Amino acid sequence: MDSMLKKQLLLDCVSIRKGIIEGTFNAKSGHPGGSLSIAEILAYLYRVEMNVDPKDSKKADRDRLVLSKGHAAPALYAALANAGFFPVEDLKTLRKSDSYLQGHPNMNYVPGVDMSTGSLGQGISAAVGMALGSKFGGDTFRVYTILGDGELGEGQVWEAAMFASAKKLDNLCVIVDNNNLQIDGTIEEVNSPYPIGEKFVAFGFNVIEIDGNDLEQVASAFEQAKTVKGKPTAIVAKTVKGKGVSFMENQVSWHGSAPNAEQYEIAMAELDKAQAELEG
Amino acid sequence: MADVIKTATRDAYGKALVELGEKNDKVIVFDADLAAATKTGMFKKAFPERFIDCGIAEGNMMGVAAGMATAGYTVFASSFAMFAAGRAFEQVRNTIGYPHINVKIGATHAGISVGEDGASHQCCEDIALMRTIPGMTIINPADDVEARLAVLAAAEMDGPVYMRFGRLAVPRVFDENYKFEIGKGVYLKEGKDVTIIATGLLVERALQAAEMLKAEGIDAAVINMATIKPIDRDIIIDAAKKTGAIVTAEEHNVIGGLGSAVAEVICETTPVPVMRVGVEDTFGKSGPALELLEIYGLNAQNICAKAKAAINAKQ
Repeated sequence: MDSMLKKQLLLDCVSIRKGIIEGTFNAKSGHPGGSLSIAEILAYLYRVEMNVDPKDSKKADRDRLVLSKGHAAPALYAALANAGFFPVEDLKTLRKSDSYLQGHPNMNYVPGVDMSTGSLGQGISAAVGMALGSKFGGDTFRVYTILGDGELGEGQVWEAAMFASAKKLDNLCVIVDNNNLQIDGTIEEVNSPYPIGEKFVAFGFNVIEIDGNDLEQVASAFEQAKTVKGKPTAIVAKTVKGKGVSFMENQVSWHGSAPNAEQYEIAMAELDKAQAELEG
Repeated sequence: MADVIKTATRDAYGKALVELGEKNDKVIVFDADLAAATKTGMFKKAFPERFIDCGIAEGNMMGVAAGMATAGYTVFASSFAMFAAGRAFEQVRNTIGYPHINVKIGATHAGISVGEDGASHQCCEDIALMRTIPGMTIINPADDVEARLAVLAAAEMDGPVYMRFGRLAVPRVFDENYKFEIGKGVYLKEGKDVTIIATGLLVERALQAAEMLKAEGIDAAVINMATIKPIDRDIIIDAAKKTGAIVTAEEHNVIGGLGSAVAEVICETTPVPVMRVGVEDTFGKSGPALELLEIYGLNAQNICAKAKAAINAKQ
């Protein structure tokens, strides 16, 4: 990855993280932890990987992203705003009763959102259906879907995985945000889905295990996924929940709570500093 | 009676899918390992490349159907009512209903007339479940003629539709001139003393009941209410005003189905007595379908009894 692109992507990540904090702070609720963990993945998808057009968000041959872990909506909205789908300013309206930015994504209200999600385990099935639709139409687009590691407890994930593999959907890329925390604790404490990679291998997937907060590894994983034919890919992305905001990192309590005014100031100062260092 | 044509509405569903498939290459049919029973096997035979078996995973099937529909296809997702509306309720609610995606759910083996398979497969809750989903259209055809027209009409409209079909071969009620419109009830017989509003296989039984009542000097109107949602409020109000007493009849729990839908309209607009014929909030059991329909009171005799009770309850 050339240094210009990397710098741009790092700035995208900061922008996404600021959007997450801005949104959840103004909403006084939401899910910052599992949003912050996927900033690198979203930044790369929207800057480099996906064929999308913010000016024509419904174009037929666009690549699709289904945020199966719909509670990370603040991250998706921030990434879409950063990519120009709608004004960044609107992120402050997250979860307000007069806002189109619902607590969980709604495909009919938000430009760039390809599927309404929020109930865990369901987004991956819709992504599989899109990938199947792409195959029927001559394999014109690729489909990406981001799942939480806790979400792997939903049986439907494995129904969808079995089906995607059986139908050889090599245009489907599943990303597991393996931040190791869910609401009730670490994922081992609650109901361990480990070993995640081996499970997807057993279901017939091409599996790539990476550090999901490392842009170089994210880039190479998506590149490799495109070269694999005859089977879907699962990228198991080890990430840090709350990544980029010091006091939120690896803290389960930040799964579903918003920063107060003081915490907001600290978080934004950290992100401003990171941005200033990048802009040099 | 010997020359009455009897066909299961699921057969009409299978045939109508083939008819649609011939006209429209964007029609895709999904099933969950029940193609022989739901009759989507007919479509599979005609258009194998456009038939997708999702295996025994109804929740996933509904999501896949939604995703595929967003890519511009008209997807029919089929299973038994128990699994389509019951097992996959939340997938239908959140991934089809909430985004209002153009998926048509073909639910067969609805109601007690599943017969010998027994209670685990006799879904008498599906209308109630589907009715609570905003924007869901629900159609419960009375015979094969109406089932075919319902499938064709569902394919024409944009948005989710739940179609309810039966396993049992039922007598044909309508002829080739029958006009079907989603959201419209139809008077099959005018009357002045009481109105029987029926759906599904109870429509033919309602007509029998009207004949029986006539012999006792009671003039009953009969309405076929194929569309449960959106319910035809106008025809219900009209019936209440004209006859002042209503009986509903359906192969479904008396809670949450046609009877509830009619009662809601009546209570809010034109209060008159409403009596409901349906499964009396109980699970079914194994047995021959026709026998079960008698055991659970889904017959003309019970409709007559409820009709008289409704008339007696008039102010």
